[in-house]
Amino acid sequence: MTYKIPVYDINNEHSLSQTPNFNNKNALMKTDMVYQCEITNIVELTESEKLFQLKIINPIEAKIFSFLPGQFVMVEVPGFGEIPVSISGSTSRRGSVALCIRKVGKVTGILHKLKKGTMLGIRGPFGTHFPMKQMKGSNILLIAGGLGIAPLRAPIYWINEHRSDFENVHILYGVKTPEQILFDFQFDSWRKIYNYDIHVIVENSDKSWQGKTGLITDLFKDISIDVKNTYAIVCGPPAMFKFVCDYLNKQGLAMNQMFISLERRMHCGMGKCCRCMVGSTFTCVDGPVMDFWTVMNLKEAI
Amino acid sequence: MLFKTITKENLRTFITNIIKENQTFAPVVVSTDADNNPIYQFKKVDSFEEIKINYTKSYSSIKNFFLPYKEDLSTFHFNENGWEQKINYRVNPRVLFGVRACDINALIKLDQVLMKGSFPHPYYIARRKNTFIIGLDHEPMADCFCQSLDTNEVVHGFDIFLTDIGPKYFMLINSSKAFNLLKNITIEEVKEEDRENYIKEKNRLASLFKSHVDVTGMANLMDIEFESSVWQKWGDKCLSCGSCAMVCPTCYCYTVCEKINLSLKTASKEKMLYSCNLIDFAEVAGGHNFRPKSSDRLKYRYYHQHRGFVESFDESKCVGCNRCQKACPADINPVEVLRDLRKENIK
Ligand SMILES: Cc1cc2nc3c(=O)[nH]c(=O)nc-3n(C[C@H](O)[C@H](O)[C@H](O)COP(=O)(O)OP(=O)(O)OC[C@H]3O[C@@H](n4cnc5c(N)ncnc54)[C@H](O)[C@@H]3O)c2cc1C
Ligand code: SF4
Ligand code: SF4
Ligand code: FES
Repeated sequence: MTYKIPVYDINNEHSLSQTPNFNNKNALMKTDMVYQCEITNIVELTESEKLFQLKIINPIEAKIFSFLPGQFVMVEVPGFGEIPVSISGSTSRRGSVALCIRKVGKVTGILHKLKKGTMLGIRGPFGTHFPMKQMKGSNILLIAGGLGIAPLRAPIYWINEHRSDFENVHILYGVKTPEQILFDFQFDSWRKIYNYDIHVIVENSDKSWQGKTGLITDLFKDISIDVKNTYAIVCGPPAMFKFVCDYLNKQGLAMNQMFISLERRMHCGMGKCCRCMVGSTFTCVDGPVMDFWTVMNLKEAI
Repeated sequence: MLFKTITKENLRTFITNIIKENQTFAPVVVSTDADNNPIYQFKKVDSFEEIKINYTKSYSSIKNFFLPYKEDLSTFHFNENGWEQKINYRVNPRVLFGVRACDINALIKLDQVLMKGSFPHPYYIARRKNTFIIGLDHEPMADCFCQSLDTNEVVHGFDIFLTDIGPKYFMLINSSKAFNLLKNITIEEVKEEDRENYIKEKNRLASLFKSHVDVTGMANLMDIEFESSVWQKWGDKCLSCGSCAMVCPTCYCYTVCEKINLSLKTASKEKMLYSCNLIDFAEVAGGHNFRPKSSDRLKYRYYHQHRGFVESFDESKCVGCNRCQKACPADINPVEVLRDLRKENIK
């Protein structure tokens, strides 16, 4: 006779002993286990932005990790914290992850002090992506405000690698001051090799600046768009994407042909901590990428 | 599900033996409130006699057995090559005795979020599957409004559920674990009169509810009344202390913080239950706060309860236990907030 309740040992569950695959959302897995990565290169872009190139150490994890443009990872700095960061690189380079990070607080501050060779952790990929396949055969408008260029690099690499799938590609990029321009060293190759039409505008210029001055919407005067066959990807602060999307909508571009990426506080990336909720939508699961129609129907989105 | 009955004497023996062999938690008196009423909490018990079987409701909910205020998600062990991450999910089995129907229904709601669907939460699952739950019916208190939310009856989510029908308990047996344990003791088949007594008692309990609120169409109302002055009225009172979410049986949101150990050899990643009423809940780097006002945050708490959760699971997140009012220093009352939204308080 025994009244002892039998033990249930979750560690005996087969799927829990496997390497977590964050694309296999419904499986039981070690949701908080990170993939260890080595920082293989750090590119100092500006005073406050650096590009980190990471390499996933474990070959099995490197093989499992695959993402689509627009998705993000949770970056773990052991002892300091974990933050969401958009993947800013090509989807086809297995095991390598590029992140462009602005120094704004505790975790990003520490990241900026780290050296090549340091070990970090990542979990992911998480969230929705830009529907690149649905955009096949169309003109593409890539519009970035400030750091918004970081998440745009993933769709840019996608387009480069599938260039014949797309018609005209325009990049419109607005920043506050000329020193804040990111990735301008790549503009020439994107223009020459991939035939992009790139326009940059700064809000407050100085003597060194030869280009345009003004707001991002001023750049629309320089391009013509065929609203019936164009998709727009817009990344930037809420005031900026609302301004841009409203303008494009007035020109006749349908709300569901414009995609944006939302930013909220995040502590899990998996729809559990609730920190990223907008109205009743989890930005980490149902976003960050959403079409403009969906965003405008969310309570408290802007 | 099996239906049986058990005499009060046999239940006492059964529970006494369970307590001997397992960590068992049950309602006991921990203090008294300002009106000299006892305050009950689930605590570890060593004998059947300690248990207040006729308790009203526990001040905190039993959710903390599944979602502790603080827990380590993982630890990092630094070494010459960098670090190694360790995660421990192991939990020892334990028994909760005397759990109310609304609190079991609250667990079922947490199961939806944390066990089913995407990214099942192993920490929660390990605790849930190692907890043997014995439920117990009771007379509702004057402020219980669980009947309005359809959570005063429970049909799954427990191992055993008992209803007092005079000399014995009517017993629902809902797991093979429970069935096996009960082999140790005499239980009886349900007789015609037991069934009658059970239904009579159920009807009596249902007739005792005094607090009601109409929640039909609440999800739409939440959207329509998003800019309502009701949020201002109640939100201005709110002190953003977060007590409501701490005692609520279904609030599960959290924050994460990491600490390096004094020895500098390890670091821990700690999860702490949080509340959407706390000021920095939606604050991001640079200081921008997506919900700067206490009314924005209070509204959001109700919005998740009666709109967000309904969208995902077709039912409200609130089970109507009224713990949030009991704990609230500003006396914010969920029934009155919802009635205000329905404009029922306007004569
Ligand atoms: C989907 C997504 C993609 C992002 N992509 C990038 C990117 O490519 N490059 C980049 O530089 N930044 C990106 N961010 C913003 C980045 O996550 C924050 O700058 C970062 O979390 C700030 O952390 P901190 O510790 O330095 O700041 P602190 O102010 O010290 O913040 C404390 C904690 O609050 C949380 N937090 C604060 N601000 C944010 C925020 N904006 N978003 C989410 N959590 C926050 C974090 O957990 C952080 O550790 C992204 C955010 C989201 C939601
Ligand atoms: S009454 Fe209050 S404490 Fe109880 S479930 Fe509803 S919101 Fe939570
Ligand atoms: S307990 Fe009351 S005062 Fe405190 S956060 Fe909740 S509603 Fe506001
Ligand atoms: S980041 Fe935790 S729920 Fe979205």
